[in-house]
Amino acid sequence: MRFYNNLTISQKQIVWAWIFLALPVLFYVVIRFYPTANAFVLSFQEWNLLGDRKYVGLENYAKLFSDPVFWKVFKNTFLYLILGTPISLVLSFIIAYHLDKVRFMHGTIRALYFLPFMTSAVAMAWVWRWFYQPVPIGVFNNFLASFGISQIEFLSSTTNALPSVLACAVWAGLGFQVIIFMAGLRAIPQSYYEAARIDGVSTWTVLSEITIPLLKPTIVFLVVFSSIGFLRIFDQVFNMTTNNPGGPLNSTKPLVLLIYDTAFNGFNMGYAAAQTVVLFTILLVVSLIQLRLLKDS
Amino acid sequence: MASQDIAVKPSTDALFSGSSRNSRRNMGQFIRWALLFGGGILMIMPIVFMVSTSLKFPFEVYNLNLIPEEPTIENYTYVLEDGRFYRWFVNSLVISIVTTASAVFFDALVGYALCKFRFPGRYLVFIAILSTLMIPTEMLVIPWYLMSKSFGWLDTYWGIMFPGVMTAFGTFLMKQFFETVPDDFLEAARIDGLNEFQIWWQVAMPLVRPALAALAIFVFLGNWTAFIWPLIVTNSVEMYTLPVGLSSFGDEVDVAWELIMTGAAISTLPTLVVFLIFQRFIIRGVVMAGLKG
Repeated sequence: MRFYNNLTISQKQIVWAWIFLALPVLFYVVIRFYPTANAFVLSFQEWNLLGDRKYVGLENYAKLFSDPVFWKVFKNTFLYLILGTPISLVLSFIIAYHLDKVRFMHGTIRALYFLPFMTSAVAMAWVWRWFYQPVPIGVFNNFLASFGISQIEFLSSTTNALPSVLACAVWAGLGFQVIIFMAGLRAIPQSYYEAARIDGVSTWTVLSEITIPLLKPTIVFLVVFSSIGFLRIFDQVFNMTTNNPGGPLNSTKPLVLLIYDTAFNGFNMGYAAAQTVVLFTILLVVSLIQLRLLKDS
Repeated sequence: MASQDIAVKPSTDALFSGSSRNSRRNMGQFIRWALLFGGGILMIMPIVFMVSTSLKFPFEVYNLNLIPEEPTIENYTYVLEDGRFYRWFVNSLVISIVTTASAVFFDALVGYALCKFRFPGRYLVFIAILSTLMIPTEMLVIPWYLMSKSFGWLDTYWGIMFPGVMTAFGTFLMKQFFETVPDDFLEAARIDGLNEFQIWWQVAMPLVRPALAALAIFVFLGNWTAFIWPLIVTNSVEMYTLPVGLSSFGDEVDVAWELIMTGAAISTLPTLVVFLIFQRFIIRGVVMAGLKG
């Protein structure tokens, strides 16, 4: 204690800072940085959990890039991104843009759109899975049947399954994006709109010259945020296609599900680690490209 | 209010003039309202169907009526008496509450230290913590699994919780909010003889209470709905969380939809009820966390 009392104020601050940070720094090193390094190292090894870890150099990566299943999965992952991000952004912008101008029951309508965001993905995957079933079970097909329209295969068709799973994911994330867009719209000063009104500018011009350019930070945030979400899609796919996760015929399988299968059904830990490194690289590259493109233009 | 309306929709004034202007505008405004409201109803249909089916007897499940002819809570008593769902509910609740308390405490602690203390290595620690945001959970689950296996954490509460007891996102968020706390307040407390921990806990923390609550909501929701890690780390039915338990019914050939919907409702309704009670507050929190974080 005497030692402490002899310290200057700024020295005392240093002591306190490290008292505050000791446990957290340990946590970040042991639970975040060490595992990250471990994943990279493991990606150059072969290991089935039982024997010894064996260095195999780039073999895991070579095997991955020559595996047609990986390329199928790679394509699926980007399909989720390329379809999911624009669809959910455009939809949520349209909703936010109009909802911003509605006063009557504003809070209630906002709550209706936001509610799905508060649900558990697994629970809702089950609800959508039920909706997609053939008659007499499924809601959608029953609805179609009541209009005499022929049945649609949703989850059992290799072409329809991915968009069907995606619809559930878009639905669940929409409310968050609407709320963020509305906050962005609120932040635009009214004086810009008043100036435009005095000049008699058309709605479209206001939208393209004032609203959208001033929303750029919001748009950048949402594009990056939702892209990362779609690239990491797992819960919905795993739970809507459980009899054969990622099926039919791998047509819905995203990268995270491939990682899960390789590691925890196949116990190829090294091979799975290589897949996680690929996922990490994809997320990094996609985020950097989007930040660059959206910030510059 | 009226002037604001006009300001928001400038072109309507330019396009329509004279006496028909107001009625045309009102009509347009009504159509906009009706479409938005209809869309909102569509948005909650999955939730409505889920709840409605959970209140039906099996024979009525394939009827698409929203209000059950003979409503029953038998599915709920059946599911809860079965014991599994009850156990999973308790697991999820304990894990979410403990993790949330821990994450809010430590994120605020670290955020405060990084914001208010001057010490060598401050910038490095901040960048290091922030950089972990770039690492996807999916990359860490394999090393975490190996770690849990060698420490005997598999299939335990601690095993489910340990990756989330601190979050980089929360640390960053809290650091941002502690910037708004004036240093004078802390200095005054220092002169009053409080130690640094007391200053943080008694002076600074109450000033960022809304941010703490927003963070708590985010962390709780994240843990309540977390799926991939609990799926990996648990293997006995008693240790499942609600999402993992619900997911385990996927292997069954004959799905009893009314029971599945009951399980889904049990795992969804708590967060929905919390949302409906604290709606305004939660939405503000989401915006705050989304934009600052």
